[in-house]
Amino acid sequence: MADLTSNFIGIKSPNPFWLASAPPTDKEYNVVRAFKAGWGGVVWKTLGEDPNVVNVNGPRYGAIYGADRRLLGLNNIELITDRPLETNLREIKAVKAAWPDRAMIVSIMVPCEEASWKYILPLVEETGADGIELNFGCPHGMSERGMGAAVGQVPEYIEMVARWCKQYTRMPVIVKLTPNITDIRYPARAAKSGGADAVSLINTISSITSVNLDTFSPEPSIDGKGSHGGYCGPAVKPIALNMVADIARDVETAGLPISGIGGVTTWRDAAEFLALGAGNVQVCTAAMTYGFKIVEEMKSGLSQYLDEQGISLDDLIGRAVPNVTDWQYLNLNYIAKARIDQDACIKCGRCYAACEDTSHQAISMSEDRTFEVIDAECVACNLCVNVCPVEGCITMEELAAGETDPRTGKTVSADYANWTTHPNNPGAVKAAE
Amino acid sequence: MTNTPFTPGIVPARLGAQDLAENFSDLHPPLDGHEALVAADRCYFCHDAPCITACPTAIDIPLFIRQIATGTTASAAQTIFEQNILGGMCARVCPTETLCEEACVRETAEGKPVLIGQLQRFATDSLMAADGHPFERAAPSGKRVAVVGAGPAGLACAHRLALHGHDVEVFDARPKAGGLNEYGIASYKSTNGFAAAEVSWLLKIGGITLSTDKALGRDITLEGLRGEFDAVFLGIGLTGVNALRAEGEARDGVADAVEFIADLRQADDLGALPVGRNVVVIGGGMTAIDAAVQSKLLGAENVTLVYRRDRDAMPASRYEQDLATSRGVRFIFNAMPLEVLGNGAATALRCEYTKAEGRSLSGTGETFDLPADQILKAIGQTLEGAPEAVRLEGGKIAVTGAGRTSADNVWAGGDCASGGEDLTVTAVAEGRDAAEDIHATLIGGA
Ligand SMILES: Cc1cc2nc3c(=O)[nH]c(=O)nc-3n(C[C@H](O)[C@H](O)[C@H](O)COP(=O)(O)OP(=O)(O)OC[C@H]3O[C@@H](n4cnc5c(N)ncnc54)[C@H](O)[C@@H]3O)c2cc1C
Ligand SMILES: Cc1cc2nc3c(=O)[nH]c(=O)nc-3n(C[C@H](O)[C@H](O)[C@H](O)COP(=O)(O)O)c2cc1C
Ligand code: SF4
Repeated sequence: MADLTSNFIGIKSPNPFWLASAPPTDKEYNVVRAFKAGWGGVVWKTLGEDPNVVNVNGPRYGAIYGADRRLLGLNNIELITDRPLETNLREIKAVKAAWPDRAMIVSIMVPCEEASWKYILPLVEETGADGIELNFGCPHGMSERGMGAAVGQVPEYIEMVARWCKQYTRMPVIVKLTPNITDIRYPARAAKSGGADAVSLINTISSITSVNLDTFSPEPSIDGKGSHGGYCGPAVKPIALNMVADIARDVETAGLPISGIGGVTTWRDAAEFLALGAGNVQVCTAAMTYGFKIVEEMKSGLSQYLDEQGISLDDLIGRAVPNVTDWQYLNLNYIAKARIDQDACIKCGRCYAACEDTSHQAISMSEDRTFEVIDAECVACNLCVNVCPVEGCITMEELAAGETDPRTGKTVSADYANWTTHPNNPGAVKAAE
Repeated sequence: MTNTPFTPGIVPARLGAQDLAENFSDLHPPLDGHEALVAADRCYFCHDAPCITACPTAIDIPLFIRQIATGTTASAAQTIFEQNILGGMCARVCPTETLCEEACVRETAEGKPVLIGQLQRFATDSLMAADGHPFERAAPSGKRVAVVGAGPAGLACAHRLALHGHDVEVFDARPKAGGLNEYGIASYKSTNGFAAAEVSWLLKIGGITLSTDKALGRDITLEGLRGEFDAVFLGIGLTGVNALRAEGEARDGVADAVEFIADLRQADDLGALPVGRNVVVIGGGMTAIDAAVQSKLLGAENVTLVYRRDRDAMPASRYEQDLATSRGVRFIFNAMPLEVLGNGAATALRCEYTKAEGRSLSGTGETFDLPADQILKAIGQTLEGAPEAVRLEGGKIAVTGAGRTSADNVWAGGDCASGGEDLTVTAVAEGRDAAEDIHATLIGGA
């Protein structure tokens, strides 16, 4: 059993799995049960100023599904905590005292005024919490009031608030970023210049999940009307991974700790975030879909994986970052062809339809439904691999240097060559002559 | 080949080697990786899952299936073995249709449960194929426990005790360990010597000494064991058989189904096993089904199973019944044997139809004769050789709590003990729980 003990910006937890600030963490009852179930830490549901906000009294969630009604994406129009500040603070203190080994982070969202932060920070500090997370991410309800994503979209505000927080509290400061922005590196850099100890991302993505085609109201519908909500769950993972990687490899934010959030559902998702530079992960939708117990699979899976790889948790963190590059640096001399394992093939023909209709007409189909790759046409786009229902049936095989690519008739070169030096690139850097 | 299904009498080699091999191959061939992923994907990860409640060993089924789904089969196996060290055998022999899979919410939703048993086999097989053993013993406790009976109950008990650091000696009257896993379970449920392989794998925990050919009452006594060990666990199963109480029961060709099956399980060459042309099996439980099906698979021309009550009252599940009919076994319900006919050897069985009034049965007076050269009795096993020091109840060793008998420092579990169904998985659960209780007692009293 690998050691999963985590130390994120000095905050220790028995494992790197924290519950993200959201309904799973909005009261003592939930959090105690989450700790009993084995979660390493929580980011308490975002606190605000009194009087507390109010939520709608109808549906807050919308969803999209995969096959078999598997929940792939969740959208919500919930606000920050709708309970009085004092209640939350009292419960946070009690839980932290009872569970000293678990990470207790308090998420905060108050107006962009120094006095507001100066007021709330000592109250939070008094609970004994291990750190704070600044919610600059909520895309609905709060942003219209000049908070949440409205702050997260303006790097100057982020820097300013982060600085106030560093000034008025001893607690480590994590800035939670909104993905509703063009380039995630700017807010991350601002957090760093403001002195933040870490960033966490992503918060939810502005979205409308569906429209009722009888009432013509977006869902979730409140009395016939709907508004955009925040999207999360497995569907947002690719967006979150990209943003995490962007920050991890940005020279200006190099070394800035990252708490990875967005669609973490299995140990594998978590391992991917960690490999792309996240120091730990936070989970919301998976817990909301399957209950607190899923953390057991996350722990056992990550542990088994680390054991099999023979590496430690720290070794995993950031291990994939050096392999994230920009398109123009990809090796154009790397040549592959799709290969169909005829024994595994169940002859559904999906690869054929995909390639024939929308790709490179590189799969042949015989009368008896045998599907074969035509090497002279295959550009190795991977579409057939992606649409095949049988895992491992279609694979990509690299052509070795010296072989001839039947498509181009050219010999495969062992040398690395990318777009920056390609003859078709008008801006190509000529090799020194 | 000299014999065929039509050869009269009880003769060997009614079928060729190839047919026999095919007939006795795995009832459910193991899932391959793709099948396992598709099957695992169907699990909803229910809260407080009904399948867990339905499993006598309470395996965390949704968790192990999720571990398979996420590509960590070794973790899945660990989840299973923590609750049920014979999870490999149980995956093969549990009547899942009346246990976990019956409780599966997808059985309710679609009439098609998640393939829990087969997924369990997928996980356990893969870990057992790897080297080593997934558990480590606690520091030695200095305590010694005797386990009598190396069936599922005794083995589960021994493993859990060894895990806690106690030294265990397991005694069994038979030459091989495994109990009915080795001598009783239908061949097509446990192929390729799995029972023996599982025992050796289980023993890798260390701290368990196995003494076979040592019978309680013959070679050892309870008093002796109580003197020598800190605690004793009895898992001696049910080795006696009920009498038919039909006339002519002593004629040649009348045999115990359990013995017939034991011979079959121990046969190196199935072709050498004699089987009747007209086999009649009497009974309605798993033993009856297994004897009937395996007679058919050995090449008997006609196999008839006679059960005294109606189909709904039959202890064997509908799934088991359908399995038997699919192999060509004929069922006669509401009939009881009256007399074995024949001159020396059996030639027919005379039966009488029955009618039930509540639990009581009586003959209707209408009789019929079934041609029968082999008659297999599967009308229940009984406790034999229970030591005098322990109190009995309803023909079994009376236990309270986690297998405590009326005698100090003596526990019992499995088929020989009162309570619970007579199933492999129940025996495992009772053995394990008794071990925990023994452990608590020994450590508490230390
Ligand atoms: C033919 C048949 C088919 C079955 N099929 C299934 C099935 O498919 N699925 C299922 O779940 N259950 C099945 N069962 C039931 C299952 O096998 C039993 O419930 C289970 O084996 C009970 O385990 P146990 O450890 O209590 O006893 P056993 O498995 O009977 O083991 C008892 C052990 O104690 C030893 N022993 C007995 N007396 C003494 C003594 N005096 N001294 C020393 N050792 C002694 C025996 O040699 C034996 O090894 C079947 C039973 C039979 C008979
Ligand atoms: C119902 C709901 C309420 C949320 N409330 C908050 C909040 O109060 N503060 C916050 O920082 N993030 C909030 N989030 C965002 C989550 O913390 C998390 O960033 C997001 O859901 C992405 O993670 P996931 O894909 O694991 O759900 C909320 C999400 C949901 C679904
Ligand atoms: S989950 Fe269902 S029952 Fe619970 S509060 Fe929401 S709508 Fe009501």
